Amino acid sequence: MSTHPAQPGTIFSPDLAARFDRLVTLYPVKRSALVPMLLYAQDEIGYVSDAVVAEAAARLGITELDVRNVVSYYSLLRTKPAGKYHVQVCTNISCMLRGGNEILEHCKKKLGIPNKGVTPDGVFSLEEVECIGACSWAPAAQVNYAFHENLTPESMDQVLADYRAKAQNGSQKGGGK
Amino acid sequence: MATLATHPDCVPLVSYRFGKGATNIDKYIELQGYESARKALELGPDAIIAEMKTSNLRGRGGAGFPTGLKWSFVPRQAPKPKYVLVNGDESEPGTCKDRLIFEYDPHAVIEGVIIAALAIQAKMGFIYLRGEYRYLIEIMEKAVADAYAKGFLGKKIFGSDFDLDVVVQTGAGAYEVGEESALMESLEGKRGIPRIRPPFPAVVGLYGGPTIINNAETIATVPHIFRIGAGEYAKLGTERNGGTRLFCLSGHLERPGVYELPMGYNLKKMIYEVGGGIPNGKKLKAVVPGGSSTPVLLPEEIDIGMDFDQVGKAGSMLGSGGVVVLDETACMVEFALRTMKFYQHESCGWCIPCREGTDWLKKSLTRLHAGGGADKDIDNIRYLAENMLGRTFCPLGDAAAMPTIAFVKKFRKEFEDHLEGRGCPYHRTAEPEPALV
Repeated sequence: MSTHPAQPGTIFSPDLAARFDRLVTLYPVKRSALVPMLLYAQDEIGYVSDAVVAEAAARLGITELDVRNVVSYYSLLRTKPAGKYHVQVCTNISCMLRGGNEILEHCKKKLGIPNKGVTPDGVFSLEEVECIGACSWAPAAQVNYAFHENLTPESMDQVLADYRAKAQNGSQKGGGK
Repeated sequence: MATLATHPDCVPLVSYRFGKGATNIDKYIELQGYESARKALELGPDAIIAEMKTSNLRGRGGAGFPTGLKWSFVPRQAPKPKYVLVNGDESEPGTCKDRLIFEYDPHAVIEGVIIAALAIQAKMGFIYLRGEYRYLIEIMEKAVADAYAKGFLGKKIFGSDFDLDVVVQTGAGAYEVGEESALMESLEGKRGIPRIRPPFPAVVGLYGGPTIINNAETIATVPHIFRIGAGEYAKLGTERNGGTRLFCLSGHLERPGVYELPMGYNLKKMIYEVGGGIPNGKKLKAVVPGGSSTPVLLPEEIDIGMDFDQVGKAGSMLGSGGVVVLDETACMVEFALRTMKFYQHESCGWCIPCREGTDWLKKSLTRLHAGGGADKDIDNIRYLAENMLGRTFCPLGDAAAMPTIAFVKKFRKEFEDHLEGRGCPYHRTAEPEPALV
């Protein structure tokens, strides 16, 4: 349930639009809201679409080019849709020493997609990522923002199966979060 | 699960409230929370900075700069507003400590910001977390809202005449933003590109105002210094290296984990006793003592105290406290390549030695690891890395060059074993690079 009234002229949900209204008032300079705004927008829309770029630029009083320059810099921001569950496997040093590459290979095989690929049903996408800050609990992966640590190929299978089941339950109920 | 690990030698100071429900503000207050901020309010700027200097606290982000001294560089009178900035963009490979602080003791970060703001008379603070730490942003935002509700932030904090606003900010994936001036650029809504210094942030920082920027662990340590007293805090560590540190043990260890140990704790003991030694009866091959940017140490070099000065004397750096342990099965060329792949990916591209150097080094190491290298490649790698040192706007270039030089210097034989089409003697084959998108 939305706690805010719908706003005209925005592509965002009433809650997110209200959040952005407040966000820009927090800083001495409005533009400071740009990076969080893009990330939160991506969380809702799925990626930084042209419409997201346009609305962010309008909200902050900067050009769309200013926004695109920032989008291209940050590795979490993407300009194409990812899967519903974006599997990010860390292969940096601490994870590599404990089997991170093997986890990545396992995911490729299991999902049948290469690095940066999306499954045909749109449920999963896969990406090899740099250090996610789980070094002492390696190897690790993030699915969307959730951490999965001390992974083995078997426990990774379980992680994927759980998300697969979640996706199916979600679609039976006609969408969902 | 990301939780704190313990060992009888651990000294729970920064981690004193971990696992005690201190994300709840009332619980935090019950555990001596916000007492240090009240103390600091009575002390005033000069006495706060004097205490910080006495504590011998040095920056936990990697450089180890004395925190009290850093704070003292902020001019008393300034035409522009001053700011306190917390660097929680933790992303040095091998480092996963700030995560625990945000998760288990978010109010310690806020209280640290209050004390720092009182020290330099700043009216605004920012807590910057990497975008990947989404669940922590929610924890921090709730903690900030609770502190406002209690009157610890906002107008007239603790009933004094002092106003302080705090904003939790998120990044969106960029190691470079962990560099102080790049972080300020990011907070101003721009690409995270470093600024030319001088002027230093203490004079011209965020929005052009004097700014102190400290690592999250550094800031979270501050209230504990005022809680136990600066002298007591200093005594926990070694000379010029006060207190304790959250060491992140990872790699080939029986019990990897984040442990809070006194500064100066012996590295060998840390690996064999705290970390439980090397699994499966394997032999130790190498140790990266302070995150991926610090030069590797050989087994015969690890009988040293883990403080900034002793690790420096041993030819490496204490860095961010990420101790990465490699056993005899690890391929040092693969490890050097993976390290360089990271820096190449994260180079912001602003200055040429870093942008071109990391790319060239990655290509050379890739070829060498695959067996396509020639003898001169090994010297070239070292020559290239040495020519990056000190020639970039920010330390990312050095961070890529320093470990590379050490890998070649200390494991030259292993590089040579890869030559003339032989490839990896450890049979570790790297995946071909995916096309850039």
